[in-house]
Amino acid sequence: MTVHALYQELIVEHGKRPHHKGTLPAPSHAATIDNPLCGDVVTMQLAMEGERITDVAHTGHGCTLSIAASSVLADRLIGLTLVEARALIAAFETMIATEPDAPDRADELGPLAAFAGVRAFRSRRACATLAARAVSRALTR
Amino acid sequence: MQAGRVPCGRLLEHVVDVVLHLGSVPNVRDPAAWRLEFPALEQPVHGHRLAYLDSGATALVPRPVIEAVRAAYERDAGAVHRAVHALAEQATLAYESARTDVAALFGVPSDEVVLTHGTTDGLNGVAHGWVRARLGAGDAVIVSELEHHANLVPWQLVCAERRAELRVCHISDAGVLDLDHLEQLLADRRVRAVAITQLSNVLGTAPPIDAITERAHAAGAIVIVDGAQGAAHLPARACGDFYTCSGHKLYAPGGTGMLWARRELLAELAPWRTGGDMVASVEYTHAQFRDPPARFEGGTPNVAGAIGFGAAARFLASLGPDRLAHEQRLHRELVAALRAAPGVHVLGEPEHALASFTVDGVHPHDLATLLDQHGVAIRAGHHCAQPLHARLGLTASARASLGVYSNSDDVAQLIDAIAWARGVLG
Repeated sequence: MTVHALYQELIVEHGKRPHHKGTLPAPSHAATIDNPLCGDVVTMQLAMEGERITDVAHTGHGCTLSIAASSVLADRLIGLTLVEARALIAAFETMIATEPDAPDRADELGPLAAFAGVRAFRSRRACATLAARAVSRALTR
Repeated sequence: MQAGRVPCGRLLEHVVDVVLHLGSVPNVRDPAAWRLEFPALEQPVHGHRLAYLDSGATALVPRPVIEAVRAAYERDAGAVHRAVHALAEQATLAYESARTDVAALFGVPSDEVVLTHGTTDGLNGVAHGWVRARLGAGDAVIVSELEHHANLVPWQLVCAERRAELRVCHISDAGVLDLDHLEQLLADRRVRAVAITQLSNVLGTAPPIDAITERAHAAGAIVIVDGAQGAAHLPARACGDFYTCSGHKLYAPGGTGMLWARRELLAELAPWRTGGDMVASVEYTHAQFRDPPARFEGGTPNVAGAIGFGAAARFLASLGPDRLAHEQRLHRELVAALRAAPGVHVLGEPEHALASFTVDGVHPHDLATLLDQHGVAIRAGHHCAQPLHARLGLTASARASLGVYSNSDDVAQLIDAIAWARGVLG
């Protein structure tokens, strides 16, 4: 596995120009997660109407991987129901936890499958899942 | 090992070992020869020559240390300070020789050297075994903005428990301790202890320990020196009132370290790790403790590690003053090269051993991953100094740190790899 598999164009692009960066005026769910190992912090905010996520925003500071993951995840979550969002996050976290040569589950994960390259860099897996963990925590509140 | 060999035979063998180890350094004047003593440097990393620039986190271990640890397990494998059989006698002899070797490196008597688990252990020992009992409500402890979490959290705990104040001495943006501010913090004479790093693990600056000690003593406070970085990169000496350092940053095994204080002060220190081996006699309701330093070494110690620590002390002594001259030359080269590299910003004005930096457009964690792909090992993150990073307006930085084996090729490889990393994420 090479660094180019890790830092794919999509990830570099989202890392440089993240989508949905900022805060929501009236979030219905929010959580902040930090990575004590490196000091990265991600806050994810969600707005819901009924069972459906209508908007997502994120703030924080971190590496390309954690910022890009926040950005791609935010893109992907908008429009999903709560049940669909939980299933997506579970599938993403499961994929990241698998061995580097396991399937990337692109059919389920869409652009989030781009983070499959992180599996070869064990110490960086937590960077990719920081945003997903923040959303999980937000949704349990 | 022949059955029935008597311990005095071991003593002779030990002396021979020492001589052989010294002899195994091919040329003490030649840093290129020192490098050959570190087998970890022989491995390629991701197809590249290894440029190990993370000695500030943990230093690599030279052959004489590896051989000493091997001998501890293959030969002197008994428990220390208790059994009378041959292997236990050998282990005790080697363990106590290690204490002597460590003491010699720092120029102090061996009965003033407590063998610990590391700097964190020593700092917690002084916090809980000396300062805590002398800290009343409204008293204070001073730390500096430079401190590693290990020299911060123990003081936070004892101050909270004793309802005392934790005061933080300012530094300049360059990383230099503000002595005027220190004097202000000491002025009300409520300060019982000043806990200070000998060498910042982030900014590479060395606070003036003797000047600090003079001011602290004048105000009735003692000084506790965190020597974790300083022990390896400044002239070896035990300074302040309590001095503590780690073996693993001194080319010794992990889980080893030392705490030093003068005899009179050690006699006042309460044991913080109590149990077997540190006691003279025990009844059901009370116990008599052994004299220092044994009083502070409760439980079975990391015997092989301590023996390795002793071997590391002998190894460093064998390199002589050229070791620090070599490091200083290379450090100037490292700082100049980083400052000249496009997009690189060095934090503060590093004086010794290391340089922390940021790179435009590349987060330190991404940088560390990318550099590793070019065989360059650096540290990225807050380096266990989160408050200092906040003081500098950062959450993370990258750090390159030197060891006796570091050379100009390592610096060049670092600079090339940074340029490449900027290209990948640029």
